[in-house]
Amino acid sequence: MIAAELLVAQNVGFAIIALLMIVAALRVVTTNNVVHAALWLVTVLAGAAAQYVLLAAEFVAVTQVLVYIGAVMVLFLFGTMLTRARIGAEHDLNNPYWRLGIPVAGLLFAAMAIALVSSFGDEQLPSDARVVPVAEISDQIFGPYLLPFWALSFVLLAAIIGAIVLARKD
Amino acid sequence: MLTSQFLLLGAILFCIGVYGVIARKNAVLVLMSIELILNSVNINLLAFALRNGSADGHTFALYIIAVAAAEVGVGLAMVLLIYRNRRSIGLDELSEMRG
Repeated sequence: MIAAELLVAQNVGFAIIALLMIVAALRVVTTNNVVHAALWLVTVLAGAAAQYVLLAAEFVAVTQVLVYIGAVMVLFLFGTMLTRARIGAEHDLNNPYWRLGIPVAGLLFAAMAIALVSSFGDEQLPSDARVVPVAEISDQIFGPYLLPFWALSFVLLAAIIGAIVLARKD
Repeated sequence: MLTSQFLLLGAILFCIGVYGVIARKNAVLVLMSIELILNSVNINLLAFALRNGSADGHTFALYIIAVAAAEVGVGLAMVLLIYRNRRSIGLDELSEMRG
């Protein structure tokens, strides 16, 4: 009985957060103001973190908040400030052929929705799913996935050096 | 909770991101749309991690977050450089490579 009530609460929470994320994502790609787009993107990222909690992935949710909302959004806002003469609504943010994107995205979604519904249908996620402990994730990263971890470290190092080389003035 | 509800949410966010990449001219907004796409992939990975009870999906999601951070850093540095050279970040004005 308690489990059933919890399941209903989870579904209601999912629906509210998913609706909020979809509206915010639509605002990101339709708004006329770059700063507003960045702030709507924060809403989408925070909603994604909430969905990760629903999916029993607390560590990834915390990383999402720290890295995306903390660091990436600051980068975006700095990028906006450094490349904009003025901050406010603009009317030339879209391509002249932006309408092409609607059928492309619509067809893509139709194809993916048909594939997903036909292969997963009404399959339930296991309600007594094992919560993956953080220790197990670290065992994975420093065990079987050590080589990708090293590669990723080099990617980050190269990205930092590359960003400095690209962005400095001389 | 159904498996497909998370996968459908990921698909919707992915398609909105694809629309943004096609429709937007401003380079910063295109980067934001790419972030939407990467997040939808993360939702899918974590849904499958819960479904299969394995930690692989969490590991991949963390790697994707790190790659996205690197991508945004380099991407915004490039946007800054382009802006400094031509006082504009409209992607349709970068046409030197057209034959």
